Amino acid sequence: MTRIGRIACIGAACAWLVAAGGALAQGAQPPIRIGSTLALTGPLAATSLVHKVVGEIYVEQLNKRGGLLGRQVEWIVRDDQSKPDLARTLYEQLVTADKVDLLMGPYATGAILSAMGVAQRYNKVLVHHTFGIPSMAKYEMQFPAWSLGPEPGTTVPNTVFDALAASPKPPKTIAVVTSKFPSVHFMSLGAREVAKKRGLTEVLFLEWDFGNLDYGPIAARIKDAKPDFIWVGAIGLEGNQLLDALSKIDYTPQEHFYMYPAPGPMSKSPLANNALSMTVFEEHPPFTNAPGVKEFIDLYHERARKAGIPDTNVEVQAAASYTAWQILEAGVKGAGSLDDKAIAAYLKTHRIDTIQGKLRFDGPSNYGDDLMRVKQVQDGRWVTVYPKEYAAPGATLRVP
Amino acid sequence: MTFPSGTLLAQSALSGIFIGSLYGLLGLGLGLAWGLLHVINLAHFGFAFLAAYLCYQLASVGGMDPLLTLVLIVPLFAVLGIAVQWLLARFAVSPLNSLLATFGLTAIIEAGIQGVWTADFRKLESVYTGLKFRIGGLFVPVPELLTLVVALALSFGIWAAMRYTSLGRALRALAEDAPIASAFGVDARAHALLLSGLCGALAGIAGVCLALSFTLTPAQIYAWVGVVFAAVMLGGLGSALGPLAAGIVIGVSEAVTMAFASPSWAPIVSFTILILLLLLRPERT
Repeated sequence: MTRIGRIACIGAACAWLVAAGGALAQGAQPPIRIGSTLALTGPLAATSLVHKVVGEIYVEQLNKRGGLLGRQVEWIVRDDQSKPDLARTLYEQLVTADKVDLLMGPYATGAILSAMGVAQRYNKVLVHHTFGIPSMAKYEMQFPAWSLGPEPGTTVPNTVFDALAASPKPPKTIAVVTSKFPSVHFMSLGAREVAKKRGLTEVLFLEWDFGNLDYGPIAARIKDAKPDFIWVGAIGLEGNQLLDALSKIDYTPQEHFYMYPAPGPMSKSPLANNALSMTVFEEHPPFTNAPGVKEFIDLYHERARKAGIPDTNVEVQAAASYTAWQILEAGVKGAGSLDDKAIAAYLKTHRIDTIQGKLRFDGPSNYGDDLMRVKQVQDGRWVTVYPKEYAAPGATLRVP
Repeated sequence: MTFPSGTLLAQSALSGIFIGSLYGLLGLGLGLAWGLLHVINLAHFGFAFLAAYLCYQLASVGGMDPLLTLVLIVPLFAVLGIAVQWLLARFAVSPLNSLLATFGLTAIIEAGIQGVWTADFRKLESVYTGLKFRIGGLFVPVPELLTLVVALALSFGIWAAMRYTSLGRALRALAEDAPIASAFGVDARAHALLLSGLCGALAGIAGVCLALSFTLTPAQIYAWVGVVFAAVMLGGLGSALGPLAAGIVIGVSEAVTMAFASPSWAPIVSFTILILLLLLRPERT
């Protein structure tokens, strides 16, 4: 071989090596690891299962779209057993031992508060989906997907009372009965204040401890008070338990509202007809008009059925969960990096498109607008009824 | 504070009697095992909920009448009760350790229930749901009335058996002084297994009553532990009638409190009664 020929061969070999090395490097890029906990066991497991299914769907869809920053995404989820103290320990492990790249929030207020403390300690961004007490969200790099607004104790009751005022039969008297579970209790106290300012007469106010077993006397007092409207500060099963107790004494509430009911059991209960609650998303237009939503809904139906979730509809919990992942994705892509400070800076200065609508994080405690709408159980399913522009086609607030 | 109406008070008291009878029914098996076998069987609550879920499954999915499910549930849980006692006796587990061991068993049962039925809420809708009748201005729901009737029948039945039958006398003798009772020919092991089978069956029956009236979720197992323990301790360990009486006292005191004052005060009243009794009559426990 001539000298030129030898140089050409060496050059070609070097070029091949560089190309092969580049290809190998790209293919060998480790996934971006996102760590979180969920209450996979314990009293909060029922709703956590919704968040698990949604997270799995999102990560799968995200990876099909190329992942984040050209890398696949791996979601590491640990079981915090519905215990905030365990959530704290697990988030420490995720950051220090597992060395995850990013964090995602856990389920429910107590665990999120714990995770927030850890995130703050290590300067990690924390996007979360179900924090119920905005005034306690002091960390500057936390971002909520639960669009309550910064003062939900005032804004949410005002939305509810606006809806009732616009109905054919606005109530004049109100009973406020509430669990002392933190994230519903302060809302109920807010409802009392708002009702008073709006000229409603409070005929009953009762509080019970979370975990109360006997709703008979509470039901008897409600029946005795004969309110036009009952604000029930209930979370999970409490609303159904109260309705059961009311039906046992032959009392059907005129108009009734439940703060955070277990959505499936409430809508399926024959006693819950016309029950009101809050939502950020339901499976009807205009919520379903956003791109990609229909695909998510279909996938959720299938996976929720497989997971044994009795109610397979996408509603507020599933939507808040999906939103949280959308926020995190937008933050990473917008910042162009995994640097938590850069992600936080991007999120604070941009509006993010989500299935709830455009979210902003530039208000107090990084809360933006209160996007809560009023929904009602009608014929065994939840439909949004207020404001009008978000109501299901043809749906209006029904009164007895 | 406005004084509640007579109807409200009476309806609340009735509600307290009904839930108190369930406390008593749940406490019956627990108290018998504790007082006579010196076994603090926390798994009693796990068994009750497992029975409730089985009742739900057989009735909701299998189409059986919920009360007929007792035909399967009672013998099954009697066997489970015997199995637990056999294990505890085999390893000579002390009373304190029985609490720990059965707590572990409860956690396993809870995980098993969640694995099969998920953690989501399950409500048994049956022919009895919503059935009620009126006595004057008071409403009497049929599922709760059934629980009261069952609790009364079982408590009095077991009381009578303990008092008037040779089996009952043998069990009481074993509880008081096992070696002497054995010297008189009482087979301690056989009687212990028999009693634990009965306690298992009682857990099964309580579970069916739970399923008739309450929505089920695995974590709810622990919601009943505190108040049922209070009923057992107030009523006296090993007593057949005590847990029922105490359960009703607790239920009514809580319900009447809720009729007068904030419902969040209700546990304070019932547990104050328990603390006072423990301080003034410690020999009851």
